[in-house]
Amino acid sequence: MSENTETFAFSAENLDVAKSILAKYPEGREASATMPLLTLAQRQNDNWLPTAAMDVVADMVGLAPIRVYEVATFYTMYNLKPVGKNFVQVCTNISCLIKGSDDVFKVCKKKMGIENGETSSDGLFTLLEVECLGACVNAPMMQINDDFYEDLDAGTTQKVLDALSKGETPAPGSQAGKRVGCQPDGGLTTLKGGA
Amino acid sequence: MLHDKDRIFTNIYGIHDISLKGAQSRGDWDNTKDIVAKGREWIVDEMKASGLRGRGGAGFGTGMKWSFMPKDSPLPSYLVINADEGEPGTCKDREILRAEPQKLIEGALLASVGIGAHACYIYVRGEFYREAEVLQRAIDEAYEAGMVGKNACKSGYDFDIYIHMGAGAYICGEESALIESIEGKKGQPRLKPPFPANCGLYGCPTTVNNVESIAVVPDILRRGGAWFAGIGRENNTGTKLFCVSGSVNNPCTFEEEMGIPMKEMLEKHCGGITGGWNNLKAVIPGGSSVPMMTKSQCDGALMDYDGLREHGSGLGTAAVIVMDQSVDVVRAITRLSAFYKHESCGQCTPCREGTGWMWRMMERICEGNAHIDEIDLLEDVTRRIEGHTICALGDAAAWPIQGLIKQFRGDMEAKILAKAGTHADAAE
Repeated sequence: MSENTETFAFSAENLDVAKSILAKYPEGREASATMPLLTLAQRQNDNWLPTAAMDVVADMVGLAPIRVYEVATFYTMYNLKPVGKNFVQVCTNISCLIKGSDDVFKVCKKKMGIENGETSSDGLFTLLEVECLGACVNAPMMQINDDFYEDLDAGTTQKVLDALSKGETPAPGSQAGKRVGCQPDGGLTTLKGGA
Repeated sequence: MLHDKDRIFTNIYGIHDISLKGAQSRGDWDNTKDIVAKGREWIVDEMKASGLRGRGGAGFGTGMKWSFMPKDSPLPSYLVINADEGEPGTCKDREILRAEPQKLIEGALLASVGIGAHACYIYVRGEFYREAEVLQRAIDEAYEAGMVGKNACKSGYDFDIYIHMGAGAYICGEESALIESIEGKKGQPRLKPPFPANCGLYGCPTTVNNVESIAVVPDILRRGGAWFAGIGRENNTGTKLFCVSGSVNNPCTFEEEMGIPMKEMLEKHCGGITGGWNNLKAVIPGGSSVPMMTKSQCDGALMDYDGLREHGSGLGTAAVIVMDQSVDVVRAITRLSAFYKHESCGQCTPCREGTGWMWRMMERICEGNAHIDEIDLLEDVTRRIEGHTICALGDAAAWPIQGLIKQFRGDMEAKILAKAGTHADAAE
């Protein structure tokens, strides 16, 4: 289970958001709001979810706390202990593996001075090896908080992490400097005429 | 070869205006009211005529699936769109979410008319936070313009559409696990029957469709089922988003005609295999859950359901993972075994325990620590998992290993023999 903090309360602003989340589901189906409310709580609480927050959510959706703990421990995106300011998740699944995620992960470990699953002592980074994040044609890639950094190699990974160390927010997306999305690097092969 | 005029996703690279106005300038939401007016039966018939097969991997006929929805149920019906894209190698739905969201929203309305639903939930994987932001903006725009909501497109049809975010669980891509997840539970698949068409979300009639299946609906209904059916081969009709990753010069996503030869496709769109066609070692043609193909199988393979089945594999999600001669295929499949072990929901014993067993045996083989006869033992273990679980995750975990043993047993033995050789040297 998660580390305990004494209390958790949604902010006034997030209470409004919570209301609009609950309104998405039919009457009597408030349990459906469990996941989005847990996510909301985590985002308010520096990206991790204390038991107290789960209890608040359980109360809001009318479930026994154990039902909410079950959900919080089943889904991998709920962080049950504090994480660093930059939560770095490196995909090492097949497409990224083929395109060099070993190098990306190695650079991350060296730069942060930590192993998989650990948080740096300055609280700046948490590093996690993760499963496919669904950006395979832009492999290898990593997710940092909400953003995807794609088409990486050792050099660009280092650059992104260095920028984060300086408190900057590097531009997400492809880091290879050639394309913005999932189109072929060598130039368009379809849809050349514009829309 | 497919021409741009027959492409559905004309802004798949997000180069042009993504807003509602931009989408309308490309033909989205054109006279949607008239299509709604044609009614449920016409829509389902037209979808059947198009031959569209579900784009999420299983390839079940979309029109047929819609026709299973009851017409006289006292309960509300639901459309659920599966945007829990997580099959390794697959990244096509992400592009629809972030570049063509209006196609998805319009398709959701028309599909809902086809199945008699007035509410739709789009289940977006939690990691697609930015994509969900784009989609939510698009939904807000569609509401403001009266495209969805009460009296959608002034058609007299009421329709609501919501995003439900996942939170990191591959298994929620399985439709009944996805329904459990929307209900606020752990994403563990349900026994079938009953199927969702009879007992789905909140026990109500529900159709679950993939993002791409829904996003192509407006074009099919506007241009006619016969237009879509005229592309590709019989039983394998239409256009398809392919996402090609791995050992090609230009990994990318693009829309092509079903049944395009693999070699032609890789050379035309992806700049060919790194080091040339003869440097090809293996291809996984439809996401991690389908068996890999050798180069000789790839030589003449056609990229559609039947064309790939002929070679003992499948189209799956059309996520083509290419491996050239430099790729360690044993390690690649070992990585997939780790994935399935991580993603097993834990409900069925053969999968929960078996995925761990298979992964550990693959690790031993990959590191050369196994004995040669463990390969046969591993093959035997896969057969005890396959077909013995509630959902297909157990099968999906077994098949890549079976494919590896069948096609690349020599690579597995070589690792073991190499390690044994170093031991022998050390002993001398």
